[in-house]
Amino acid sequence: MASWFWYGLRNGIQSTRYPQAPELAPGVSPGRPLDTLFPDAAEAARAAANCPVNAITAVASFANVDFRKCIYCQRCHFGAPDQLHWDSSFEWTQAHSTPGGYQPLPGEFSHSLHVIVVDAGDCGACLNEVKQLNNPLYNMHRLGIFFTPTPRAADVLLVVGPVSENMRGPLVKTYEAMPDPKRVVAVGTCAITGGVFGRTFVSAGGLGSVLPVDLEVPGDPPPPLAVLHGLLAVTGRKQPAPAADNFHKGSL
Amino acid sequence: MVTTPSFPSEPPDVVSLESNVEARFETAVSVSQRRGEDISIVVRRAAALPALCKFLFGDTGCSFGGLIVEERKEDWHLLYLFHLPGTGWIHVTLQLPLENSTVPSISPQVHAADWYEREAEDLFGLRFEEHPRLGDFILHDQVWQEGLAPMRRAFDPGQVHLERCPNQEWRPNLVVKDPGAFAMPVGPVYEGGLGESIHFLLETVGEDVIRASPRLFYKYRAVEKIAEGKAVSDGLLLAERFAAKSAFAHSLAYCQAVEKATHLEVPVRARRLRVVLSELERLRHHAGAIEAICQSTALNVSEAQAAIIEEQLLRASCCFTGHRYLFGLNAPGGLRRDFDGPACQALLAAVEAALARLRRLEHRLRYTSSFLDRLEDVGVVTAEAARDLDLLGPVGRASGLANDLRRVWPYAGYRESAFEVACEKEGDGYARLRVLFFEAQQSGRLIHQAIEALQPGEVWAEGQRMVPGPTLGWAEAPIGATVHWLRLDEDGRIDRYRILSPSFRNWLGFHVAVENFAFQDFPIILATFGLSATECDR
Repeated sequence: MASWFWYGLRNGIQSTRYPQAPELAPGVSPGRPLDTLFPDAAEAARAAANCPVNAITAVASFANVDFRKCIYCQRCHFGAPDQLHWDSSFEWTQAHSTPGGYQPLPGEFSHSLHVIVVDAGDCGACLNEVKQLNNPLYNMHRLGIFFTPTPRAADVLLVVGPVSENMRGPLVKTYEAMPDPKRVVAVGTCAITGGVFGRTFVSAGGLGSVLPVDLEVPGDPPPPLAVLHGLLAVTGRKQPAPAADNFHKGSL
Repeated sequence: MVTTPSFPSEPPDVVSLESNVEARFETAVSVSQRRGEDISIVVRRAAALPALCKFLFGDTGCSFGGLIVEERKEDWHLLYLFHLPGTGWIHVTLQLPLENSTVPSISPQVHAADWYEREAEDLFGLRFEEHPRLGDFILHDQVWQEGLAPMRRAFDPGQVHLERCPNQEWRPNLVVKDPGAFAMPVGPVYEGGLGESIHFLLETVGEDVIRASPRLFYKYRAVEKIAEGKAVSDGLLLAERFAAKSAFAHSLAYCQAVEKATHLEVPVRARRLRVVLSELERLRHHAGAIEAICQSTALNVSEAQAAIIEEQLLRASCCFTGHRYLFGLNAPGGLRRDFDGPACQALLAAVEAALARLRRLEHRLRYTSSFLDRLEDVGVVTAEAARDLDLLGPVGRASGLANDLRRVWPYAGYRESAFEVACEKEGDGYARLRVLFFEAQQSGRLIHQAIEALQPGEVWAEGQRMVPGPTLGWAEAPIGATVHWLRLDEDGRIDRYRILSPSFRNWLGFHVAVENFAFQDFPIILATFGLSATECDR
């Protein structure tokens, strides 16, 4: 066992310094398209028509992206005749348009936050990205954030997946078992609008129709640091983007 | 430790298989239509079906590919897929008039078909005569009423407010009836929700677990149903996103099916790059699976080191392709984008670094007796049981079943690649771990070869007119063989889409491994199987 101890030590500390310092390692985020100004309206319209999930709308020469619907298929980027600009950041968390605006959890939670995750029909990518937060490279524990196996001890409910009908019951039970105050975060495009699974007899088309959502982390899947940004926003250590007008355009 | 499986030196005599079937079953079947290398057997008398399947699976040694049910205009089409190395796919078809929904069950003869028939019963409302257990399966009885049959043509998946009358009396089916027996429920939300949504009933009389039944399909999203009527390019989004940890393999199987229907010749460069990307996905998947095994034994340093390898491979995938899970790369006809020389060299360097780390980790694990004690003789699947249920992928290969589609039915650039297929005999948790390590190293070798052999050229070829009708594509996903079957209609849209996923098959085999074991072994058996619920549930 001693040899394992030295083996671990020899590899040194590899954790990111985010949020104290920006994380610039290549590959931590796939990035996402940006609202783009094209030379003329026809090109913007072509770019919008090229999107398989209607996440891009053309307004005059602008192509605007609705991140609540974008599935990161990159068809507007690689090989597209009308490419959108690309943004390589990961601080994507948005406040859900709750009446009265988003309220972070009180300061007591800022360095002791317990999170429970519910997989409500996720494809495996979002769940794996959430799991990476336990990875030494991200090491969420250094920020006082922990996964907990019981809803009774949880302050935050992270939901991945479009909410499949067979999971609706366990999801609602988990939410009801959590003590107040609590916050709900929808992680990934599927949890926000249903993504490619849409709204059908077996898919609720996003968490919003099942539980009151506080924050949304768009992405398909959002990289681990985007999820971490969301968790920091829960306690007010980071600011979520406000629920802007244009991202509700044409939402479900 | 690892042996290359031997394949029959000369292909089995296809003609003799045909004549054998004809001689045995005479007028009950008609063997015909050699489409390419495939054999088509049409069953004329339904009663002969079980005996025919038993002959193919039990006596001839065919592998079972799966069951595909279609509701056509006037009749049911049931397609039982088999394959035998050296011949082709064997399509056994049975047609029944629509008003007759009773089919003889082949499960008593071909155990691997058990879940496929249960699925067809739940989703199509077909009755399988003499099947030992039907009912509550994909649509859970405490949520849905029986007889919904959502895969029928008349059912509209857009009914958001469907009337429900679930069975309030539903109780799990407990097998152990001993005095003092009780069942411990686990899931669907467990491990802080970091495990996929599955429910397990651990039936016990105290110390040891006698049986553990997984209850899946919490994540059923009706992928096959919502794909109907979609354009081929939109179906691809579903193929990529129903099981993201094997996204590239599934989208590859899907694209190859479409390419067959359009008689598309994929450029050589794209075929080699598809090998690179498939193996990159396998390597990353296996690093994650190894991490899960280390975690299940609570050996924290090894877990952390394996996790670092997985994340570094995710980052390397992102730098190389722009997506951490390789979405948006495959397209019918090739790849959506090309990769330049420096990018390929950077990927090679990242892969080499990951492989070196994996070798160091493997070496340490191999000499840690407390770790090996937890894995050896745990969750044993014997070679007979593996063959009986026709297990796929690393789980099958750990029990001596070396059915690797990359070797048996080479696709993309695998025909010109040199690699070894892992094969172990013990069938326990440690054998499954060894297979993962071995395959990871082979993936590195394949990536190296494919990048070395890259020649400048196109990566995408435009399709000709799509030929309507059924088409089949396959790939060896990290968990095992995946087969995507499509029927395209006159407008080139998807008429019926069927995913035969490896997890669906291997979850059935999980039953065998979880009998009579100690409580603390449960997470280890689960981790060494490394199965995906989302790939099974669809």
